[in-house]
This record gives sequence, C-alpha cells and structure tokens, in this order.
Amino acid sequence: MKKAKKRVIPLFGLSMGVTLSILSLVVLIPLASLVIYTAQMDFSDFIQTITRERVLASFKVSFITAFIASLINAVMGVIIAWVLVRYQFPGKKIIDGMIELPFALPTAVAGMALTSLTTDNGLIGSFFDKFGIKIAYTQVGITIALIFIGIPFVVRSVQPILEKLDSSYEEAAGVLGASRTRIFWKIIFPEIRPAVFTGFGLAFGRCLGEYGSVVFIAGNKPYETEITPLIIMSELQEFDYKSATAIALVMLAVSFLLLFVINLIQARNTKILKGG
Amino acid sequence: MHENKLGSKIVKGVLIGISILFLFVMLILPLITVFSEAFKQGWEVYVKAITDEYTVKATILTLEATLIAVAVNTIFGVFAAWAITKFRFKGKKVLTTLIDLPVTVSPVIAGLIFILTFGRQSILYPLLQQADVSIVYAVPGVVLATVFVTFPFISRELIPVLEAQGTDEEEAAALMGANGFTIFRRITFPHIKWAFLYGIILCAARAMGEFGAVSVLSGHLRGKTNTLPLHVEILFNEFQYVPAFAVSSILVIMAIAILIIRSVVEYKGKKDI
Repeated sequence: MKKAKKRVIPLFGLSMGVTLSILSLVVLIPLASLVIYTAQMDFSDFIQTITRERVLASFKVSFITAFIASLINAVMGVIIAWVLVRYQFPGKKIIDGMIELPFALPTAVAGMALTSLTTDNGLIGSFFDKFGIKIAYTQVGITIALIFIGIPFVVRSVQPILEKLDSSYEEAAGVLGASRTRIFWKIIFPEIRPAVFTGFGLAFGRCLGEYGSVVFIAGNKPYETEITPLIIMSELQEFDYKSATAIALVMLAVSFLLLFVINLIQARNTKILKGG
Repeated sequence: MHENKLGSKIVKGVLIGISILFLFVMLILPLITVFSEAFKQGWEVYVKAITDEYTVKATILTLEATLIAVAVNTIFGVFAAWAITKFRFKGKKVLTTLIDLPVTVSPVIAGLIFILTFGRQSILYPLLQQADVSIVYAVPGVVLATVFVTFPFISRELIPVLEAQGTDEEEAAALMGANGFTIFRRITFPHIKWAFLYGIILCAARAMGEFGAVSVLSGHLRGKTNTLPLHVEILFNEFQYVPAFAVSSILVIMAIAILIIRSVVEYKGKKDI
C-alpha cells in the first residue's frame, strides 16, 4: 500500500526501462569497455606512457592555454553579462542572441576562420606581424581559439544571478558615499563569485578537451603547440590504442575532478538563486 | 552628484564599447572571413564548390546523422525526464550524472571509447564480423558518435521545467483514472512544449557541427563516411581554401538560422509563462 501511495503516476516501469536501455547502449557499454581495456593495462606501462616527454609537454600546453583562455573569458564574461543586464542600448538583443554562436557554429569552421584571420596574411595577423607578434601556429593562436569556444559559459552563468540581484544594497551604499569600484567588489562581486567560478570551470573543462577549433590554428608542432586531445588522436591513427587510452584516462580524471568541484560550487549557487 | 552621473555614463560607454569590440573581433569577424574567403573567386566557383558531388553526399550524411541523433535523444529525453522528475527512486543522482557525462568528456575520448567497444581489439568484434556489421570507420560509427555527444541535450532542457511544475497535476489526473499517455499528452506536454523545442534545436545544432568524435570514428572515406565538418577539414588540409570556406558558409548559415529560431522559441516560451 505504501508503495502504491508513493507512485500514483503511471508509467514508472516503462520510462525507467526505456531510459536505462538507451543509456546502457549509448553510454554505459562504451564506458565499460574503457574500464575493461584499462584493467588489462600494465601499471608501469601506463606510467611510462603518460610520462613520455612529448605527452607531458602536451599536458602543459593544454593546461596553460585553457587556463589563460578561461581567465580572459571570466573577465570578459562578467563585463558582457553586466552590460547585458544593466544597460539599455540599441542592438542589445542581437548581442544577447549572438553569445551562443560558439555553441551553434561547428568548431572546425571556427578554427579555420580564426586561422585565416590570424596568419601573417590575415586581417588580424598582418597587423600584429608588424610588431613581430605571431598568432597562428603558436600558443597564442590556441588560446584565441579556446577563448572563442568558451565565451558563452561565464556570460550565461553570471547573467541570471545579476538579474536576480537586488539593487537596493548598491543604492544604499551609493547614498552612503561608497565609490563605484568599492560597491562592485564589496557588494556585487561576492554575489556573483560562485557563478563566475562555475562558468570558469565549465569553460576550462570544455577548453581542455577541445579539438576541432584548435587543430587548424595550432600548427601541431610536438612539444610546442601540440594539445593533449591531438596526441590521443595521433595515437589512434597509429592504432596504438593502449597509449591513447592511458592518456585519455588522465584527461578523464582531470575533468571528473573539475566536475566535482563545479557541482560543489553550483550547489551553493542554486541556494542563492532560490533565495536561501 | 552631477559629477557622479557623468562618471557612470563614462563607465557605461566604456563597458559597452569593450563588450562590442570583443564580440565583434571574436564572433563577427570570423563569420565575415568565412564569407569573404568563400566568394573570393566569385559566385561561380562558390556554386561549383557547394554543388560538388562529395559536398552533397557529405550534406546528406550530416542530415541523416542529425535526424537520428535528434530522434534517439528525443525518445530518451522525454522518458528520462519523466522518470527523473515524476518519481522518487534510489540512485537518481547517479543516473543524472551518467546522462550528463557525454558532454563533459572530450570529443576525442568519446570517439576513443567507441573504438574500444567496436574496434578490432574488442571482444564484440568477432560477433560483429559474423553478423557482417561494421561500425568503426563506417556510417553507424558516425551516427553513434553524434548520438553520444548530444545525448543529454533534450533531457537537460526538460528536467528543470518538469521539476518546477511538480507532480500534483499528474497525481490528480491519475487518481481520476487517466492513463499514462493521456496524462503526458494533456497535462505534461503543454508545460514542456517550448523547452522541448529548444532542446531539439540545441541537439540539432551540436549534431550538425560535431567534429572530434566523428573524426575518430569516420575514417574519412570521401563520399561515404564524411560529414560536412570533416569534408571541410579535408578541403582545408588540401589547401583548397575557397571550396573549404564555401562549404563552411553552409554551416555558418545553418548556425545563424539556429540562433534566430532559438531566440524566437525562447521569446515565445517566456511569453507563454
């Protein structure tokens, strides 16, 4: 009786059944094969693979470029979210709608377009070339591609928080004579900080795994502009599944760790949104 | 006070200026580049590039994979959202984490796990060969990769809406004797209409543009397993820049169309509530 009371709504069995079978086919079985394959691997082989100099160099390149790109996006994301929430100006709707372009545009197209812009003959590249700065085929180029990919994350996580923010505290602080920068750092920033971190974390995770937009602009020189997903790709092309899996495991571990931290921050974030 | 107002106007101008400049350089300029490169040698070369036999074949495969991905993820999304929001059960957190997993892994790793599952070293491989089914470096692999990378897109849009709606209405309907499908059609669906459409749009957008995962599984067989983004890559690597950007322009137009539809759907959805 107790059970029946809990589930008045029908179709529990059917919906769970469909959910679990599709989930198994698409996600669980492939994931299980990764686990099985890993279990067959020798631990010393695993360590040797992931500590190869070229692999370590790729970790460094991936990490640094993703970090800088996400940092720039965090700053720009707060500014853009602020502009979109607090100011009225012509064309605002269009800008708001454009933020998701990096999600909608195939990454390969973005990569090609950015490459063509930033080579020595490109519009932006030729300008910086005068100062001796090279963008395409360097780590700067990778960073730019990753900035493109990460734009929506911080904007879209900060925007709803700013919309909910009660402006009476700012007004009160303003009346009491606090300067604008002081109001921002003391009143607004503490409120949006979890959202900024969440957006940063999501963008960072996405950037670490990004492949499509980076391959074109990176030049893919070993030790210099070779990102980790690219190494996995080339191991796969040489049918060296063992190395590919070993390196992939390191990346998976990092992204799970990141996801865990984001979930912790997000739990606090929802509390703010729900007004707790 | 007057000085303060002037100051805030300057801040406003500077911040709007920075935002517009940043978005112009990072988002608009690349789009302009695609079109200016595509039309560099005139209209005729452009038309020839996009009506090329391989381009047309790649377009068809891309549309096929997108359609299947949307269909599978719609069925999954509706059932999963229903199960997760209308019932209490153990392991719900684990289930939602597993559903979200595909978008958190790198697309290259997504491709890798399918190679490990269906490739030559897999335990399933002899079985597949007996049944004469090839998945890796064939169309089924491309489709699977597309389904995988867009897996949570529809359920993720539905779950928050259904959660906010609660279960009271469905419970009342069930107590009055309505069957499951009637409840869904008459009570639940009107609530999720817009979220559902929104999810389909996001899913389609991502499915059309997926590159990394598909690239691992396709084997780049021209005219057979090449999707549009892969076709673009091959052209670019062969230094055929004009055709590469011409084909890209199709993808750009699709992306812009999706953004416009998305804004309309979002606007209508907000108006409904």
